[in-house]
Amino acid sequence: MAESELSIFLLALLAGAIRVGTPFLFVSLGECLTEKGGRINLGLEGILVTGAMTGYAVSYLSGSPWLGVLAAGLSGLALGLVHGVICSLPRVNDIAFGIALILFGTGLAFFLGKDFIQPSAPMLPSIPLGFWSDDTRVRSALNVNVLFFIGVALAFVLHWGLRGTRWGLVLRLVGDHQDSAQALGYRAAGVRILATGVGGFLAGVGGAYLSLYYPGSWNEGLSSGQGLMAVALVIFARWQPINCLWAALLFGAAGAVGPALQAIGIGWGYYLFNAIPYVLTLAVMVITCRPDRTLSGAPGELSLNR
Amino acid sequence: MLKPWLGRAAVLALPALPTLLAMLTTAVLFILFLLIQGQPAWQAGPLVFEGAFGSMFAWENTLMRAAPLMLTALCVALPARAGLIIIGGEGALVLGGLAAAVTPLWLPALPAWPMLIAMGVAAMLAGGLWIGLSGWLRQKRGVNETIGSLLLSYIALAIFRHLVEGPLRDPNSLNKPSTPPLDGSYQIGVISDSFYVHWGLVAGVVACVLAWVFVRYSVVGFSLRIVGGNPRTPRMLGLPVDRLVLLTCVLGGAAAGLAGMYEVSAVQGSANTALISGYGTAGILVAFAARHNPLGIIVCAILLGGLEASGGLLQRRLGLPDATTLILQGILFINLLAWEALTRRTLDWRLWLRGHWIAAPPSRTGTTEASHG
Repeated sequence: MAESELSIFLLALLAGAIRVGTPFLFVSLGECLTEKGGRINLGLEGILVTGAMTGYAVSYLSGSPWLGVLAAGLSGLALGLVHGVICSLPRVNDIAFGIALILFGTGLAFFLGKDFIQPSAPMLPSIPLGFWSDDTRVRSALNVNVLFFIGVALAFVLHWGLRGTRWGLVLRLVGDHQDSAQALGYRAAGVRILATGVGGFLAGVGGAYLSLYYPGSWNEGLSSGQGLMAVALVIFARWQPINCLWAALLFGAAGAVGPALQAIGIGWGYYLFNAIPYVLTLAVMVITCRPDRTLSGAPGELSLNR
Repeated sequence: MLKPWLGRAAVLALPALPTLLAMLTTAVLFILFLLIQGQPAWQAGPLVFEGAFGSMFAWENTLMRAAPLMLTALCVALPARAGLIIIGGEGALVLGGLAAAVTPLWLPALPAWPMLIAMGVAAMLAGGLWIGLSGWLRQKRGVNETIGSLLLSYIALAIFRHLVEGPLRDPNSLNKPSTPPLDGSYQIGVISDSFYVHWGLVAGVVACVLAWVFVRYSVVGFSLRIVGGNPRTPRMLGLPVDRLVLLTCVLGGAAAGLAGMYEVSAVQGSANTALISGYGTAGILVAFAARHNPLGIIVCAILLGGLEASGGLLQRRLGLPDATTLILQGILFINLLAWEALTRRTLDWRLWLRGHWIAAPPSRTGTTEASHG
């Protein structure tokens, strides 16, 4: 009996790592790209919520969840570009502007999304990898969404792109040493605006996953700070896209502890268990950060390493 | 001819120019946004004003909201003096409120005044410890204070929810989980029957004035300006940077905790989830709008309190969703930061004005000619 409960718990944890971790993956890849260019966008939290609302609304209105994902990405692109452009003005603090974008993004989503709380939109499809099992629990746990695979592929593509392409090298140069980039004739501001925009696109897609797959509805309490945790997650991953994948799975598993315990009938401390990802993030930062030196792998122009 | 006093007035007004322009563009963008939505934008503007400052009731509503905003804004503005961006005020507020709510349960029965002081001290300790922890993590462990304080705030909210809905829950609070209600004598009343605003407003104003005196006239405040200006200079001067940073964090957190105490003892009557209402987040906006100047915070908190107070009126009269004020705040924040780009120019303009408008001495040309001759 205890053994079967343990296996249920572990299965729920594994399923949760993928299910809860996918939005982390997209947002952290977006943030990774932005930070490689030397900027921090805390506003990804606001973009995530806007993306969730846009994705849900477009999916409902058009009947196609994939169109919803695209629209969510585009809304994220627009907000990301706003961040990129305004932070290119002199004396504008990117961290402060990110906070402003959180307010604006959530406000926009709550305002425009009022009419979409009730109706139900078509959801994103998933791939039944558990077809071989008779156990319904295993089957439902191994129902993996297509976006997860896209995210995994994207992590590898970004890993390659940042090392092996001209675009990637320019982005890293701008993020590491702005003056050298400018000496070579690249305009740092333009590269950063683009990187922030694409980062916003990915965060928007992450938001669409929230509303169109898991938890799979649009309401005002949908996001619980995933966009902000992604910033810490990128630090944990040392600005490496592949590490972002592992970190996202770890955070997904941490976020699934509460629901997994509920699945085996432990209801005590629901809120405390839901706070595990925050504690984990903080613990990771305490372990990896040092006051006297910047982290290895950190882009040199990042305001995080003042 | 242009008068010198006009030039002097322009020099004085110049620092406020970015803020004024930000308000103007915010209004324009907000009206545009409502027009695109097909909403009656021209009615919304006057309604915001009416709901905020249009009547005695509106003023009371506005000031009631401004009181906690002043205190949570200090939680951002004081650490900002030392160069830190702390955004975890919400967590300090709810923990402060919780500490204040449980103090009468754990202490023996006391007369009203000593008990209120004990509640205030408990709230300030809880808030100060929480934000102080963010500052400590940043100075000693190198954890970025913005992310750290926000994570700590999320953790504080989880602890708060767990305790209020679990171990500390009053079994009689059925559909709204709360701690046991405060005894009537421990509840803080209003300033007067004709001015129906609780004493938290006085506390907020006093705290802001004290903070202003502290950062402007004390030696510690002066040292803080050096710490906030540059990370290396103060160390070369031998200033106790870590202690100064910690001090601002603890003081800021104490202010936010005090806001929680007033919310509990003057508004809610117990600690419940209604405490989590975004005062911490709105405080960030207030502090940035005031450029972290404590006296500016008083004004900006009243303005933003008014904005939030008008939300109900917009909802009732025009049927706009309650997120309208949130969006207005977002647009305002974005514009405030974007116009910040102008500050370097305003400095130039100020020097130019000084040279060409106010003190344009007619004698100088005469002397140069004389020297040539």
